[in-house]
Amino acid sequence: MPRTEFSPSIASRPVYAGLTSQGATPAIMLADAEGAEALIDLAGQDASVMDRAHLIYIPAGAPHGPRLAALGARLYHEAPSFAACLERYRQALAEAHMGSQLYLAGTEGLIGQATAEALAAGLPADAIHTEHRGSVARRMQCVHCKGVTENVTTDPFICAHCGLTLFVRDHFSRRLGAFQGVCVDAETPGIVPPAQEIKP
Amino acid sequence: MTIRFNDETFRGDYTYHNSPEAIRRFPFPFDQDSYMYSVNIEPHAGGRAGSPFEKRFDVDEHYVSEMKDRAITLAEDPMRCQSLPHMDLAGWDFLELVMTSKAEDYPELFELHRDGDRWHWINKPMGIEQRFTFLDTTTLPCGPLEYITRQTQGDHALLDQREGNLWMDAGMITSQADWSLDFDIGMNFFEWHAPVPKAHEMGVFQRALKFLLNLQQGAPVRRLNWTMTVNPRLDTSPENYHKWGPEKRTITPETVGSKQYLRVELQTLWRLPRSNAIAFPIRCYLLSLEDLVSVPKWGRRLHRVLRDLPDELAEYKGFAVNRPTIVAYLAQFDDGEPTSPGIFPD
Ligand code: HEM
Repeated sequence: MPRTEFSPSIASRPVYAGLTSQGATPAIMLADAEGAEALIDLAGQDASVMDRAHLIYIPAGAPHGPRLAALGARLYHEAPSFAACLERYRQALAEAHMGSQLYLAGTEGLIGQATAEALAAGLPADAIHTEHRGSVARRMQCVHCKGVTENVTTDPFICAHCGLTLFVRDHFSRRLGAFQGVCVDAETPGIVPPAQEIKP
Repeated sequence: MTIRFNDETFRGDYTYHNSPEAIRRFPFPFDQDSYMYSVNIEPHAGGRAGSPFEKRFDVDEHYVSEMKDRAITLAEDPMRCQSLPHMDLAGWDFLELVMTSKAEDYPELFELHRDGDRWHWINKPMGIEQRFTFLDTTTLPCGPLEYITRQTQGDHALLDQREGNLWMDAGMITSQADWSLDFDIGMNFFEWHAPVPKAHEMGVFQRALKFLLNLQQGAPVRRLNWTMTVNPRLDTSPENYHKWGPEKRTITPETVGSKQYLRVELQTLWRLPRSNAIAFPIRCYLLSLEDLVSVPKWGRRLHRVLRDLPDELAEYKGFAVNRPTIVAYLAQFDDGEPTSPGIFPD
């Protein structure tokens, strides 16, 4: 799957510039599913980018593990979910120092959460490199109950926590790593427009 | 000057009301018969006697009831007041600014006695007396921002200045026109303004930010913003949108005059001395259309502004569904006569 091209949006919506090698510096790399192909392409640009890299992969059913493992990262780890590797990722962020680079690739949910963790850990924004690949599913925070629903692919959708039907906004919080969902039938309870697939 | 404080509600039975004096001093936001976004910033250096621009922090007949409404909102949702850890000093700066300004501008209502860092604050309308040590949070019942904004009308955001931008890193937001502090906290000037249509493309936010980064201590500025609200509700938050949303659809030709309110925000901006942060009070004034048209100039002008407003703005401000009813109502009060320049009644 190639890099995702998104249509122009509002200023809070993140843009994913694509990965380019920052050289053989200490690096943390995190990818899910099709994000693996972005790291494979990155290593294709500059194999030395892997020399000091700690690579964490969340396959989520995708078959790219063996190719990623063969790229020669200093540390390679496969995790079943972001939650499962969160403490490992946090420790890596805590040990990062001046000049360490972070490469994130895959879905917006993964990039959003991983960016929020990195910023909270004090990593400078210009050390964070991102590339979107794969599903355009969104990570949505319900503005009413504050619960986060992962992997939202339709607009509107049902909040996994409070059950309200929410429309999908482009307004995005980097601190939360999530888009905002707002009750779609607040003014006319029960009148809900048909669900549409979310477009890039 | 003595103020009689109204006993009134901003929810439920909505007993909020404006006295004839409050109607006359309403900060009508339109100085001409049309409206578009602009960098409408002017010095906040006093204003016409009796107007809401006269004092640094306007206190009016709604003060006590507004503070009760804030307390209700906070009890339901404490996250309406948040402060990131590095914003404590800015909170103290703001507490000092409000206490010193109110004690000087309204000596019959507020007193501040200072003996070094040992302060004694008296708020007569709310019946509060507090002795505390300035800059020592353990001597207040809550953080400094929450403490002072539970006693100050309007919402308040505190902006940290760094990397050539402003960051909304603290606030007390209980009477907002449909935006969430909990979601926006930590965003920069361009990010939190992202949902606003047109203004980005017009360069309004670029110019406004450039101006604000150079804001000087002792030289506060102000601007007016406005929207339309059904019922005199302060808490038009996105958090509670599913609760107040149905009320928006209760506007009919019969109810529009009494239920539809023009909501005006008097926004001021203050450079704070120790933290170098900026304080951004957003003071909300509500006036029903039937009260508004008692000033003939305002009735004429509001009709023309709302009739000609670009659709994107009516949509963004959330009154597109009621616009035809509102404009039809106001048309009765527009005889086509010219209006005088400026915002004040003739
Ligand atoms: C620095 C302090 C300021 C803060 C904290 C602030 C905050 C906000 C917020 C939260 C919104 C709502 C955005 C949404 O829909 O989610 C907004 C709207 C807006 N802001 Fe600001 N703002 C500030 C200063 C300014 C300044 C100096 C201008 C000058 C041009 C400005 C112009 C606007 C405009 C035009 C809107 C749209 C309002 C409407 O149509 O109802 N803001 N602001």
